[in-house]
Amino acid sequence: MAAATRDKKGRPIVAVTGIGVVTSLGVGKSDNWAKLSGGVSGIRRISRFPTEGLRTTIAGSVDEAYRDAMSPAELSERVALLAGDEAIAEAGIGIRGHFPGPLYLAPPPLEVEWAERIRMAEMAASNADTGYPDILRVARAFASANGEFKFAIIGEHLAEHFGTEGSPISLNTACASGASAIQLGMEAIRRGECEAALAIGADASLTPESLVRFSLLSALSTQNDPPERASKPFSKNRDGFVLAEGAAALVLENLDHARARGARVIGILEGYGEKSDSFHRTRTSPDGKPIIATMHNALADAGVGPEDVDYINAHGTSTPENDKMEHLGVATVFGERIRGIPISSNKSMIGHTLTAAGAVEAAFTLLTMQNQRLPPTINHAIPDPAIQLDVVPNVARDAKVRRAISNSFGFGGQNVCLVMALEPA
Amino acid sequence: MTERREVWITGAGLITCLGEGLEANWNHLERGDTPPFDDKTFAPYIVHPLGPVNFDRQIPKKSDQRQMELWQRTGVYAAGLALADAGIAGRPDLLDGTDMIVAAGGGERDIPADSAILTGLRKVDARGPFLNERLMSDLRPTLFLAQLPNLLAGNISIVHGVVGSSRTFLGEESAGVDAVRIAQARVAAGQSDLTLVGGGYNAMRWDLLLVFEQAGVALKDAFAPVWDRGLHGGLALGSMGAFLVLESRDHAQSRGARPRARISPVYADRNRRRPGDVEATLRQQWDLIAGNVDPAHAAVISGATGAEPATSAERAALKDIGLPVRNTGTYIGHGVDAQFLANLAIGCMVIEHGKLFASTGTGDVGPSSSGISQVVVTSVGNWRGEGLGLIEKVD
Repeated sequence: MAAATRDKKGRPIVAVTGIGVVTSLGVGKSDNWAKLSGGVSGIRRISRFPTEGLRTTIAGSVDEAYRDAMSPAELSERVALLAGDEAIAEAGIGIRGHFPGPLYLAPPPLEVEWAERIRMAEMAASNADTGYPDILRVARAFASANGEFKFAIIGEHLAEHFGTEGSPISLNTACASGASAIQLGMEAIRRGECEAALAIGADASLTPESLVRFSLLSALSTQNDPPERASKPFSKNRDGFVLAEGAAALVLENLDHARARGARVIGILEGYGEKSDSFHRTRTSPDGKPIIATMHNALADAGVGPEDVDYINAHGTSTPENDKMEHLGVATVFGERIRGIPISSNKSMIGHTLTAAGAVEAAFTLLTMQNQRLPPTINHAIPDPAIQLDVVPNVARDAKVRRAISNSFGFGGQNVCLVMALEPA
Repeated sequence: MTERREVWITGAGLITCLGEGLEANWNHLERGDTPPFDDKTFAPYIVHPLGPVNFDRQIPKKSDQRQMELWQRTGVYAAGLALADAGIAGRPDLLDGTDMIVAAGGGERDIPADSAILTGLRKVDARGPFLNERLMSDLRPTLFLAQLPNLLAGNISIVHGVVGSSRTFLGEESAGVDAVRIAQARVAAGQSDLTLVGGGYNAMRWDLLLVFEQAGVALKDAFAPVWDRGLHGGLALGSMGAFLVLESRDHAQSRGARPRARISPVYADRNRRRPGDVEATLRQQWDLIAGNVDPAHAAVISGATGAEPATSAERAALKDIGLPVRNTGTYIGHGVDAQFLANLAIGCMVIEHGKLFASTGTGDVGPSSSGISQVVVTSVGNWRGEGLGLIEKVD
């Protein structure tokens, strides 16, 4: 038997052998890539519920996957299933209903939704004010018909469907969750605990309350008309992110294991970095140090330097704060070279898919390398003079991309950076 | 597999309905008194409120306290106790590289706002626009931050300066087991030297009772020990914060830290909960550690919830294993994602004292005395997830 292939630090090498994607652009990675590289926006007017009285009335909803009256839990599970099935089919791993490794899932936070609360209140039919004691009285009868609202439920259903091994882990690192799920899979393979892992980020939680919550933090764009122009990362007139839904699944596999079974290797996950920010609950340290340390840590973990990076998949939310701080971060890490490194934001087209974003954007980063074509940052009409970056403005272009990084930052001081590369010859 | 390092628990922090700190909890457990519980506030449901605690002692800034709901303050407080116990509180040189895994729920609702909206909704025809308008005017931005699951970890970063990394696991009891499992595995494999792991839970919440009542497992009407609540019994939610510091032996020794216990790999799994499934999974997990357990000096701390049929299944499995058993749920209630952490902290006290605490209920078997140096901690989730961990005395 041949000696095990190891990375520069003597660890098993983590390959990606399958990818699945669902976003507002469509279901499946070929549709998504065609539109993403065509500069098409998936942002549209919300049709799922009335928007009167809301400041933001647009979103990147997964309308193609949505079925009437699905709850956020049901829809998130559906997009996770679609993405997972696509990824596993591409990888050709395991047998149907048995994925040979653990599941790491980044789901949206779940709770009882307004639709359920209202139905329970109706069933309780109290004459005076309606409160929690009233809906608790009927909750038991209600539950049998409508399932449960447990955090574990999506992971439990997915573990059953895919037949993954062991306890499925559901995790949350806010808007970095999808990247954290991938990271957990990388760690497990490097520890030698498993030969393969399934990492999924899925978030389809567009509801009036989710919109209102981000609205009250002034995080959302209110430039509702036209919807497809609202998300404009790195532009001078950017005014917030566009809430969106989506999912991505990645089959991670020990490179030796993948080669031994003749699997096609899409790319290599070379490294990750994280660093928490203790400055503020929603804002980044003004000096950008945690973001900078996150990227440094990722490059160091991969055993490469800034000069080895050909492309940056930005977090690029289109909020004034994020894009400014991300610019500061990449300018510090990459120095003068940053002017020669393209950096684009998928969120200009698909919006911010929240807990799915890190996984969706890692998937797109791998597709970028696979296709040797840079997806653009669309809506880049008024550049921000304070941000001197090659954001691949408005139109995709071909490029030589051997190695790329993908940034994910979230509320609560969460920062993750992934380093990806093409398979070594 | 790469070479594995020995992992120590070098710090533990615990607050429950029995009070603050490991000593206060141990003293109560040793006496075996009926624990404080509240059967009035949420009648007919029974819950265990947090014992008296002065949050200022671990969260000095009122502005920080105002940004958190009770579940977060509880967790941040216990995290502070654990960091102090490990001797790393206020040590930026160590905290800068300290990783963190938190098991959390979240979603603390604004009950008056929800109730007012529900009442108002019944009187209008155009419900969608009414809901939008009221949400825009009634929701508080700070409450949203208190609802985000990862903001317990975020607040620990802010208040205590733990900034190596931060991950939050979701999913009821399994989240706590998996948090410890991954923390232990990372330290053992050299992916981390020092990890803070734990959770916080506030039982005094209508919105959580709603979830457990939907599942038909919330304890009502009369308090009884976990083992003796019968087929229609249930779990009594318990407020608690529980954190541990896990550290590689080399790292601990190089800074002169003392071990409370050594922790072996933790096992976690799931099944469909058909009859016999819980027993089979626990048995498989036990078989993985049985060779390292000396029955003459070992005991089980059970995380049985009181919910059926899980509690009876665990009881059968433990009878089969045959070690002395104590449950903690009778004393401190069920803290869901924080329970496994609390039980490991209590397990550390069992090892320190070399004996078990007072039995309560018919499933607690075996004597309290004799030199116990190994503790097996179980977790059988009220709905899903089985887990098991082994901690032992470091000689």
